[in-house]
Amino acid sequence: MTNGRMQEGKHAPLIPMKNFVGYLLSLVLTFAALALGMAHVLSFGAVMLIMLLLAVLQVVVQLIFFMHFTESDGPRYHIVGLALGAFFALCVIFGSIWIMTFNSQVH
Amino acid sequence: MLESLKEFAGHFFVTGEPLIYMSDVAIVVVSLAIVFTLTYLKKWKWLWKEWLTTVDHKKIGIMYLISALLMLFRGGVDALLMRTQLALPNLHFLDPQHYNEIFTTHGTIMILFMAMPFLFALFNIVVPLQIGARDVAFPYLNAISFWLFFFGALLFNLSFVIGGSPDAGWVSYPPLTELATDPGPGENFYLLSLQISGIGSIATGINFIVTILKMRAPGMTLMKMPLFSWSVLASCIIIVFAFPALTVALALLMFDRLFGTHFFTMLHGGNPMMYINLFWVWGHPEVYIAVLPAFGVISEVVATFSRKSVFGYKSMVAALMVITVINYLVWAHHFFTMGASAGVNAYFAVATMLVGIPTGVKVFNWLFTMFRGRIRLTLPMLWAIAFIPCFAIGGATGVMLAAAPADYQYHNSFFLIAHFHQTLIGGVVFGLLAGLYYWWPKMFGFILDERLGKWAFWFFNIGFYVCFMPMYALGFMGMTRRVYTYPAETGWTGLNFVSTIGAYLMGIGFLLIVAQVLYSIKYGKRDVTGDPWDGRTLEWALPSPVPHYNFARIPEVSELDAWWHMKQNGETLAAQNKKAPLEPIHMPKNTGRPFIMGVFFFIAGFGFVFNWFWMGAIGLIGVVITLIARSQERDTEYEIPAEEIRRTESALGRL
Repeated sequence: MTNGRMQEGKHAPLIPMKNFVGYLLSLVLTFAALALGMAHVLSFGAVMLIMLLLAVLQVVVQLIFFMHFTESDGPRYHIVGLALGAFFALCVIFGSIWIMTFNSQVH
Repeated sequence: MLESLKEFAGHFFVTGEPLIYMSDVAIVVVSLAIVFTLTYLKKWKWLWKEWLTTVDHKKIGIMYLISALLMLFRGGVDALLMRTQLALPNLHFLDPQHYNEIFTTHGTIMILFMAMPFLFALFNIVVPLQIGARDVAFPYLNAISFWLFFFGALLFNLSFVIGGSPDAGWVSYPPLTELATDPGPGENFYLLSLQISGIGSIATGINFIVTILKMRAPGMTLMKMPLFSWSVLASCIIIVFAFPALTVALALLMFDRLFGTHFFTMLHGGNPMMYINLFWVWGHPEVYIAVLPAFGVISEVVATFSRKSVFGYKSMVAALMVITVINYLVWAHHFFTMGASAGVNAYFAVATMLVGIPTGVKVFNWLFTMFRGRIRLTLPMLWAIAFIPCFAIGGATGVMLAAAPADYQYHNSFFLIAHFHQTLIGGVVFGLLAGLYYWWPKMFGFILDERLGKWAFWFFNIGFYVCFMPMYALGFMGMTRRVYTYPAETGWTGLNFVSTIGAYLMGIGFLLIVAQVLYSIKYGKRDVTGDPWDGRTLEWALPSPVPHYNFARIPEVSELDAWWHMKQNGETLAAQNKKAPLEPIHMPKNTGRPFIMGVFFFIAGFGFVFNWFWMGAIGLIGVVITLIARSQERDTEYEIPAEEIRRTESALGRL
């Protein structure tokens, strides 16, 4: 920030372990969800519940490993961003469910 | 062998249409002419070193601008073809399939490959200068954004001569766009090219949020930041939250078409309405992504040419932020007729009308800024003044459409077409043109010719109303969108004919703008001061065109309208530069990798369009290699010595 530009990581390690682990974790979580959907061994309700849990974990992985959520200098803009993001996500999820419930009336 | 090659070519290239053959010839001739000119003038190295590998925000902005104007031409030709077909009943100028393809490419190009790059052009050129920064936060990412947009647009435009264009409207609704009802590569072109350029758009959104939050000049608190930068911040916040919804919708539809899934099919538990829902979760915010920066431009232009600080700065900021949130909560008004419950439609109707309130605040603030101001009717100001009533009418008809029960009458009629063209042309395009005229001297160092510009202005404006006002009436008379012809008994002939005349008037307006640019390159008044409009914000403190490091010394800001107050206090950048010896500046190095990455994305996209997975894999592997190469790069910056800066600044009269 000294002369108006963001400092890029000049001394970053050759293999960014943190990102590597994060990437692996996010892949594992994704494929766990896929396998759960493909396997048809659990009841619908149970699958949905576990998937929701996996989704929340996925968000946490993204925030910690990639979004540098725990690091900050200066104003905490990222808290505002996260709050707004959570608000929009909830609106989209519940809004979509609300809009799409017309299906149950049509079928 | 020859036979099979012939058969392949027959499917691969679009055949059987004289218009397309003419375009084939034109494309080959223009490409050859470009190659020949570059070779003849020995400009290949210059092209690569100065433009294709640049990470300079101003040059990237100019490349966005050129792309946007080319796409405006392409989309405009599509529009004229459609209007020609509809001028009289029962015309056979275009066949139905060709008509479908043209309205699809017209819409997609105008929104995603014309409006978006035009906006990004202004973001790039203006924001760093306006907030007193030397570049955007992530210059390398910025170059990637541009090349992803560029190759996405190239892929989309290729569909027109290779494989066939998409033909299901710019919204591309399933189940029509599922494989069963729409085989062939056309829709794949749509899905892949939007996906590729969409990655670039999200990156641009992040880039400018960080730039604005982290790189403002010392002393420029958020509440002292110019309104254009505020509007870019608002627009970028919406980009970051809305574009992922489009990414998901397109990806799921692509899975359906390429890998046999059933997300949006009618059978096997698919639900096409979910695509429509997701599409508009992005699609409605998209119009605010486009129009908020136009609001920002108008705020700058009106303040400058009224010689007044903008009226109600704080309420302007608040209105922008309120729109940023509300615009995300109104998406279902695009499909009231889907038959959701009364509760859903009632909520979305009221939420939609709410957007009118902050927008109204902005309109009144512009009017009060002009009130008792010393108004100069320059070209940017003319477009800004034309913007206000045009956008207000567009907004008012939007509120009519928002009334859910009435919408059952207007839905997908020409009334709707007139409404959204009025907001997108009268709002976005007028605003962007005002911005183009306003910042043109800053980009290129000369002012666009006033006389030709006024001719263009009047042709375009009168053309606009002649073209779109009859469409409101046609909508009431029952004409629906996307009909390729109509019988004379409908009584729509007269209004349609008038509308077509208007479209051609706008076409002439566009040509006049092109003529104006060409004329002004040679004869336009040179901008030697860097401040041709007596501006208020920091970009006007710099010489035109701006040296590539922007500010020799980052200025200190103490007020809103920083440059205006500096002038009032008799300060100049030259005086600031003299205060202490100049220091060397770190700048990012040019790099060809973003361009190469774009090429690989293009290869991957092209492969997937034709279900050639080997080709898609090659492209994606190339993308990963460029990413890894970047992650191993350490030496990305160079230093401009203080002596060189001193020489440049004194040559520009700033020392």
